[in-house]
Amino acid sequence: MAKQAKVSVDPNAGDRSVFQRILRSWQLYVLLLPALVWLILFAYYPMYGLIIAFKDFKIRAGILASPWVSPWYKHFAAFFSTSVAKTTIVNTVLLSLYQLLFSFWVPVVFALLLNQIRNDKARKAIQTISYAPYFLSNVVLVCIISVLFSATGVVNNVIQATGGNIRNFTSEAAYFRPLYIGSTIWQSMGFNAIIYIAALTGISPDLYEAALIDGANKFQRVWYIDLPLIMPTVILMFILAVGNIMTIGYEKAWLMQAGGNTSVSEIISTYVYKTGLQSAQYSFATAVGLFNSVVNFIILVLANLVAKRTADISIF
Amino acid sequence: MAKDKKKSNTPSAILNATPTKGDRVFDVINIIIMVILCVVIVYPLYYVVLASITDPKVVNTGKLLFYPEAPYFNGYAEALAYPQLIAGYKNTIIYTVLNGIVALACTIPGAYALSRRDLVGRRPIMFLFTFTMFFNGGIIPMFLTIKNLHIYNSPWALVLPAAVSVYNLIVCRSFFESTLPHDLLEAAQIDGCNDFRFFFQIAVPLSKTIIAVMLLYYATAMWNTFFNALMFLQDDDRMPLQVVLRNLVLSNQLSASASGAEAAEKQKLVDQLKYVIITVSAVPLMIIYPFVQKYFASGVMLGAVKG
Repeated sequence: MAKQAKVSVDPNAGDRSVFQRILRSWQLYVLLLPALVWLILFAYYPMYGLIIAFKDFKIRAGILASPWVSPWYKHFAAFFSTSVAKTTIVNTVLLSLYQLLFSFWVPVVFALLLNQIRNDKARKAIQTISYAPYFLSNVVLVCIISVLFSATGVVNNVIQATGGNIRNFTSEAAYFRPLYIGSTIWQSMGFNAIIYIAALTGISPDLYEAALIDGANKFQRVWYIDLPLIMPTVILMFILAVGNIMTIGYEKAWLMQAGGNTSVSEIISTYVYKTGLQSAQYSFATAVGLFNSVVNFIILVLANLVAKRTADISIF
Repeated sequence: MAKDKKKSNTPSAILNATPTKGDRVFDVINIIIMVILCVVIVYPLYYVVLASITDPKVVNTGKLLFYPEAPYFNGYAEALAYPQLIAGYKNTIIYTVLNGIVALACTIPGAYALSRRDLVGRRPIMFLFTFTMFFNGGIIPMFLTIKNLHIYNSPWALVLPAAVSVYNLIVCRSFFESTLPHDLLEAAQIDGCNDFRFFFQIAVPLSKTIIAVMLLYYATAMWNTFFNALMFLQDDDRMPLQVVLRNLVLSNQLSASASGAEAAEKQKLVDQLKYVIITVSAVPLMIIYPFVQKYFASGVMLGAVKG
């Protein structure tokens, strides 16, 4: 995600017009064509569809012919006048913030500790094991949660055996966030650590030797060498994570929704799906989704600005 | 740890020559943490697999399983006879293969073209792609797009939106930029090689790694696709594995084929079927990933170096 490499200078740039250069490399544009068609049809055409947030969309009439609403913010106002607005916004922000708070540092610590395992085979084996859950789909993940944490599941049985009471982990509101975030950590710790592990292997052994001569123990070497040297990577990943704060995955939240936990598991995107596709309020749901996207985009731009100022790192 | 020293040929082996007492404590604690982590990661998966081949009576007593105590394979026999599950498997394979072909045909040539510095408009086009990573139409406009293109409820409704992942495109472009030297292109051009020939006869054969990585990324994503299927498909017999899995396990739509008399046996089967179905859905990826994970990792690094 670093800055653009070098600005290229085409040696032929001077003696040909732009048009001639385009014409000369027409074959490259042919190669690019399938991706461009995709870009138009499945990325920008849907963006054009966003205008229905300002219209009263009728399936029969289509996007263009549906009437504009007045005032233009009618659907937005309708959303904010409901109590659902506050709940879903709070739930989205809290779920994201807690996730960032509890899961962001785990891969960093894991990478630092794993790097101290000196046996190459053991280290590689642990790393491979740590990726395993990453390849599971959200559905499989939630299914595993549901069978392990159900009332008759193995977790409750262990709790009972040790003298506790059965808890409704999968349907009680209080357990939704811990389960959501815990399973995210379980699933992505190993994979998210890849980038830190790579940064750690790039550290010069001279530094460790120098530290050793100065009498630094292992913990001090991790604390004073490893950690500061991977800090730029950590900061970059943190900024990216902050930028994505409102885009928390709706798939998993929706799958984990059950009975009593909707008071905390209803986030903006699951609400959009329900109102839009299940009760066919297309314009209203689009407006809610657009609100979410715009807020997210603003956060991302701000995070990027901060990164540029402080660390000279930019994702754009 | 003493034995490890000899095996390890990393420069840091020198560092282990004089482990202090504190370092030993650090190592022991570290190894304990790693063992606990591995158990926490592996045990849930192991438990599900074990429960799928153990008598549900034993499973339902809820004790921790470490080996198959009372083997019971009827769940698998039952699952094989479950038409929805077979159809879901078949659909997922079809969608994954179709998507693999379409996605490679879009991503690889596109990424190559965008890796060429002499492509007029490279930066604005790249910006148009990148922008969609940070801002998109969202659920409803996407749904309307699928409707308007008349691909709703067809395999294309899953395959075409997933034909390009901008992240993958960037990874792939970075690969071309870093592995195809400019001199090679110049030399080929002097010999009269045009862009098509250079791409198909030189760039592609040199890029088997990235093609494999792309195929893996796209295949995993399509294998795991759930929500798009829920939104863009309608007929039950077109649903991919993930939707079937969710219907059977999470929405409790399971019912054993037997009816009437053997009610207890039936309930046993239903309980076990959940574990069986989770296992058969996840197993293909679990078998393949140890062999391909190094490619995934290299993809992550390519994506991170240049964004």
